Order: sequence, then structure tokens, then C-alpha cells
Amino acid sequence: MTVMAVARRTLAKDLRLEWRAKDAVNSMLFFALLVVVIFSFSFDPTAEESRRIAGGLVWVAFLFAAVVALNQTWARELRNQVLDAYRVSPAPAVSLFLAKAVGNFILVSVLEALMTPLFIVFYNLRSVGPAYQLLVIAVLGTWALVVNGTFFAAISIRTRSREIMLPLILFPISIPALLAMVDATTSVLTGEASPRFWMQLLAVYDVVFTTVCLALFDTVINAE
Amino acid sequence: MKRSFTFFALLTLGLLCYALYQGMVVAPTEATMGDVQRIFYYHLPHAWVAFLLFFTNFLASIWYLVRRTQQSDALALASAEVGVVFCTVVLVTGPLWARPVWGIWWTWDARLTSTLVLWLIYVSYLVLRRFATGAQTQVLAAALAIFGFVDVPIVYLSIRYFRTQHPQPVIAGGEGSGLDPRMWTAVLWNLAGFLSFALLLIWQRYRLALAENAVEEAHANRALGPEAEMPAKPDSRGFAPEYGSAPKMGNKPR
Repeated sequence: MTVMAVARRTLAKDLRLEWRAKDAVNSMLFFALLVVVIFSFSFDPTAEESRRIAGGLVWVAFLFAAVVALNQTWARELRNQVLDAYRVSPAPAVSLFLAKAVGNFILVSVLEALMTPLFIVFYNLRSVGPAYQLLVIAVLGTWALVVNGTFFAAISIRTRSREIMLPLILFPISIPALLAMVDATTSVLTGEASPRFWMQLLAVYDVVFTTVCLALFDTVINAE
Repeated sequence: MKRSFTFFALLTLGLLCYALYQGMVVAPTEATMGDVQRIFYYHLPHAWVAFLLFFTNFLASIWYLVRRTQQSDALALASAEVGVVFCTVVLVTGPLWARPVWGIWWTWDARLTSTLVLWLIYVSYLVLRRFATGAQTQVLAAALAIFGFVDVPIVYLSIRYFRTQHPQPVIAGGEGSGLDPRMWTAVLWNLAGFLSFALLLIWQRYRLALAENAVEEAHANRALGPEAEMPAKPDSRGFAPEYGSAPKMGNKPR
């Protein structure tokens, strides 16, 4: 089978498992909901203020919630040594990575689609700038979080205290991406600046780190 | 080995003493900032050495992934640890200098923020090395080191988009930049002194890392050694083997 065929099968399997159990989506959703509520108690902003801070709130909430899903990416494969079986099979490691990354991308996108209306309601949000740009930022930003997150989750499952390890190594590397997402979102919401530079930066970040992930994944998954 | 260490350590000590004299006595007092500016002779060399060490870490990590030698991994570990120490010195001397000159301890300016992010990235590298177990540590750490270094230009680009408060590069900057020649001398002597100090630390840390690996390997080999050394373990059915019941050499059961 080709790389894409293996990736498609693995992705279909993961999505089917998630559809039946809904473990990751439910825990992510509830977690993000808690973050939204706690933030709104902590800041209690007016409509004008909330436009300024919403970019930061939204992405921090999504980032924390995404970590919940990312941590579960490989945990399922550890049971019954599925990962070991995968490693001895002739299937290319890259396709496993692609399937997992795309699967996480879909999960986090679903989360964002469900949470955005809540943010709009709770914070009285209305975009001053063109709102379609937010969609582009969301796609680029989500991929930026998910591609490195999937890779680092594969690293962190091999350490002691796995669940803590993932944010510790993911957040420092993701700082420029997070900065770009937050600033681009704020620029669109307030309509005061052009998000162009930040969107380009996100695109560069996505391309660079997708390349690095694909190049190094084979090495990391076979590390003994 | 011991003699060359003593020689190197004495050389470093001499360099650092001379650099201290250059920075504190020979270099002229700065016109507007006064004596506080002398922090510069520590701040800048430490920053340069830290960046150099992080670059070394990157090269050593790539080399490890290509060749898988214990030496390159030990070098990567040593340079990252010493680099984090030097970067910490930069982050501490910066605010000490900024407070009297700018009136604030810290500002989220381009160069300060990127240095802080750099420090965070390499601390996370060291945390991963501490928490990962077994031989895979080295591969995982090397992969993370490559991610970290690739991130550096992106971090710098993204953070430079903000307003900059840190002075433009004084050395080889634009118009109006430039140092008094005596200040230059002090910078270079301090750079030489601290570079030598960093090399001394790395050399020792490198040897320690290799020794640790050797000890670990020896323990592993001992555990895998001849069966006679192993304590009697219950077999898969949970029965402990009776002492002396194991088949003797040259007396194979049918």
C-alpha cells in the first residue's frame, strides 16, 4: 500500500474509534467550556475590551484543550503493543504520523467549531475586520499546534510522567505560533491592523515544522 | 589528562583576572550611563557564548542522529547545560543593567523576549533529558534539539515585529554605532575569558557524561551476564527451580 493509503486507513480507524467512544472530544469540550467560564469570571470584560483580549482567551483555551486530545493520541496504541506491531510492519512511519496529525486536526477543529459560538455569546464578540480571515487563521493556527503536538506526544509517551511532559516541551516551541495566532485574531476582531504578516508567519511555521516532523518521525518512532 | 586540566584551568583563571582588570580599570567610564555600563563586559560575552553553545548543541544533535556516537550525544548534553547557565547569566545581568538605565527591570522587547524564549526552549530540552528513560533518551533529545534550533529564527522574526527598546547592535550596527577602542579591548578579553571558562566546563561535563554512559553500560552488561550470577527466579508457571536441578554442562537431558 502507498503512504496515502495506509494513512487513510489509519485515520479512518482512529476516527471510527473516536466516534464510538467520544473520549477525546468530550473531555476536550468540557475542559474548554470550563476555561471559558473561568476566564469570564476572572476578567468580566466590556464588549470593547473583550474584542481586544478575545484573541488571547480563545487561543489559550484551545491550546489547553488541544493538549488533552494530543496526550491521548498515542496512548491507545500502547495497549496490546499496537505501536510495536506497527513498527515491525512494513508500513511507512510517515503515514502513521500523517494519520495521527490529521486526526488531531479534525478533533481540534470540531472543538473550535463548537466552542466559537459560546465565546461569541459569553463575550459579546463582533468582528470589526473581515471575519472570513478568522477561518484562514484558525486553519493555519490549528495545524501549527497539532503537527508539533502530535510529534511531541510521540516523544512524551516514552518518558516518565507522560501527561505533564507534553506541554513542557510543546509550549516553548509553539510560542511564535501562538503569538501569531493571537495577534492575527486580535487584528481582525478590532479591525485596527492587517493580520497579513502574522498569517504569512503562521504559513511559514506550518511548512517548516511539517517538514521537520516528517523528516524526523521515522527516527523517533524507532528509537530504542 | 589531569595535567592538561590544571593547565587549562590556570589559563582560564589568568584570562578572567586580566579581563576583570580590563573591564573595571582600563575601559573608560561611559559618558551617560556611568559605571553601570561595565555590566556590558559580562552581558555581551555571555550572550555570544550562549548562542555559540546552542549552535554547538544543534550540530552535535544532527551528528548524533547521523552517526549515533556516544561522544556527539555527550557534547550535545554538555553544550546545552552550559549554554543554559550562560543564558541565565545574560537574563540576570540584563535587568540589573536595565533598571538604572531604562528605569525598568524588564520589557517585552524583541531581543529580551527572544532570549527568554530561547532559554525556555533549552530548559525544556534539559527537562526532557531528565525525564526520558533508557537509551532512547538520546534520540528523543536530539530530535527536540533540532526542533528548538529551527524555531529560533521564527521566534526572532515574530518577536521583532514588536517595538524594540533594546539598543541596536552597537558593534557593526548602523550610523553612530561604535565603541571606544579601550572598551573593545575589554569586550574581547572578557569574551576570551568566558569562552575559555565555558570550554573548560563543557570538557568536564562531556567526560562526566561519557563516564556515566560507561557505568550504565557496565551495569546493563552485568545484568545480562552469565546465568550463574543470576538469582534463581520462578519460571513462567510460578515454580521456583530447585537448587542444583538445572541441567549440568555436557550432561544434556534427552
